[in-house]
Amino acid sequence: MSLTQAFWAIIRRDLLLAFRRRAEMANPLLFFVMVVTLFPLAVGAQPNLLQTMAPGVIWVSALLAALLSLDGLFRSDFEDGSLEQLLLSPHSLSILVLGKIVAHWLVTGLPLLLIAPLLALFLGLPERAMPTLWLTLILATPVLSLIGAIGVALTVGLRRGGMILSLLVLPLYIPVLIFASNAVDRAASGLPVTAQINILLSMFLLSLVLTPLPTAAALKMSVN
Amino acid sequence: MEHLPQIKLEVADLSCSRDDRLLFSGLNFSLSPGQVLLLEGSNGSGKTTLLRVLCGFREADDGQIFWSGQPITESTFFADTAYVGHADGTKKELTVAENLRFALALSRSGKYSIEAALEKVQLAGYDDNLVQTLSAGQKRRVSLARLLITDKILWILDEPFTSLDRQGITLIENLIYEHVKQGGMVILTSHHDLSLPQMNLQRIHLDSCH
Amino acid sequence: MSFIPAPISRFFHRTASPPHFYALANRFIPWLTVLFLLLLIPGLYGGLIMAPTDYQQGDSYRIIYIHVPAAWMSLFIYVLMAVMGGIALIWRMKLAEVMLISSAPIGAGFTFIALVTGSLWGKPMWGTWWVWDARLTSELILLFLYLGVISLHGAIEDKRNAARAVSILALVGVVNIPIIHYSVEWWNTLHQGPTVSKMDKPSIHISMLIPLLLMAVAFKVYYAIALLQAAKLELLKRESSAQWVKNLLEKTV
Repeated sequence: MSLTQAFWAIIRRDLLLAFRRRAEMANPLLFFVMVVTLFPLAVGAQPNLLQTMAPGVIWVSALLAALLSLDGLFRSDFEDGSLEQLLLSPHSLSILVLGKIVAHWLVTGLPLLLIAPLLALFLGLPERAMPTLWLTLILATPVLSLIGAIGVALTVGLRRGGMILSLLVLPLYIPVLIFASNAVDRAASGLPVTAQINILLSMFLLSLVLTPLPTAAALKMSVN
Repeated sequence: MEHLPQIKLEVADLSCSRDDRLLFSGLNFSLSPGQVLLLEGSNGSGKTTLLRVLCGFREADDGQIFWSGQPITESTFFADTAYVGHADGTKKELTVAENLRFALALSRSGKYSIEAALEKVQLAGYDDNLVQTLSAGQKRRVSLARLLITDKILWILDEPFTSLDRQGITLIENLIYEHVKQGGMVILTSHHDLSLPQMNLQRIHLDSCH
Repeated sequence: MSFIPAPISRFFHRTASPPHFYALANRFIPWLTVLFLLLLIPGLYGGLIMAPTDYQQGDSYRIIYIHVPAAWMSLFIYVLMAVMGGIALIWRMKLAEVMLISSAPIGAGFTFIALVTGSLWGKPMWGTWWVWDARLTSELILLFLYLGVISLHGAIEDKRNAARAVSILALVGVVNIPIIHYSVEWWNTLHQGPTVSKMDKPSIHISMLIPLLLMAVAFKVYYAIALLQAAKLELLKRESSAQWVKNLLEKTV
């Protein structure tokens, strides 16, 4: 019943749940691919245009896919009473919540890495930008999950929380969007991206430390 | 269970309102090991709200709750308390055993093993069934099994008898009886009258707590 | 609150009690209104009539007497909301919750004014109503943050819960504002090349500066008036069943 044990138990349980509901879990990924596909259809398929837009398109789509997947983070726990049981456990809720976010990222954020080369291919992103695209996805999608968790925790008790969630969360995603898409953009032109990567890394570390506490506080509010 | 004798739940001058309506105020009671508290009152009198305040889910407007003489947030209260509410707190995509093992990871293990607890709540052999294949009454029994496998002093039960048959009701009464015999405490709300006269039973009627 | 000296703590408790605050607000509002007019009239006169015409922008620069104080207020109010959110979360002070909620629409209003005046100013300056200038973009994001606070508060039925949620959100927002601000600024220099910001004049003439400062203080006083009025209303709504509200009603009827 140590905290570490509880932390791993949460991750294990949520991964198992995701596996049992794997059809549902594919949705954000499909959404990601769909949104990226829409851009060439809307703006025309000129290779130059698509290539310049590629980093932005990929990152805006990743943002929207992350937003879409957020709703599943606490919803079922809230509805079936599991959240009450977590609150009543003697462990720090922030750490338990962090476990849930980790599991959620493994299931929704990590698959984006696998699909990203395909999208880069669609949009004609130069191959030399691929490592940077991966690196930004690895560093920045956890930030999206961590920040998003606060928003979900605040709105999970609401009947129509979805719209409000995007209003709460998207403005907070802007710095991630700016630095991640810029890094990919620069990498595509063969420029160094260390500064952007460092900033993304510090955003990741900051959000890792700072977000679990308000998320836990917001969940307590929602259960109330 | 070698619980120290000074363990005690004390509620002092508690009041709570919802949507501008006063549910109860000036509520005082204390509960010692071996005692059962039955909360009574009409619908909307605040029974569930009081239980949720006791669990720390909800904040009271006024008053204090002490566990062994300390405010609950500074005590071992949350390690010592189990709650069974309207929602079962089980995951329907997991099996019965998986659900119980997860509950065990969050708290001290009690004296029942998972198999023994399932047998006790008459769900023996259901370990590997998904919870979504169970009936409402069986789900309730799973959450009762959770009480048995963990080591909790205070059980807070919100309408534990709903969706249970005659046999299930007797089962809960036996579990409660056994728990308080061993120095546990139980707080519950119910429309049924408990049929165990030899228990140390307190009643609080919330309609009269203004 | 044991680490706060007893007299101060007593003072806060007295001031923070709803009926006392209500009476106090009623006493202050007329004085603040007079002060507001005393600052506003010379400020406007100085800015619109006395200050010299700008040799580059002509008279169109005079919109700064509205735009700049509004932009300052938009940020100032958000920070203040976060402070009140912190107080509400830590000390469970009802009055701080009320102040936080009442501030949000006022802050959103100032942000909106800053955006509209910025865009009006942009037309003669850039020849277009909207340019993705760092200041305007930040201001737009700030407006989103305000709208998030307002709509979250509206969506949660239980008012104490709503206040708690909004307090958390305001604190999260205030941590993010500098990050958002600097990333937008960085993004702007990157995509547009360094543009000379409208406010980065090497020096602003004293005859232009004084009216600007007068207007800035006038806006602050206006905020205080609007906040007290909104807080009074919010208190009446929340405490509608309390005895002091009933007494108040009997007096006025």
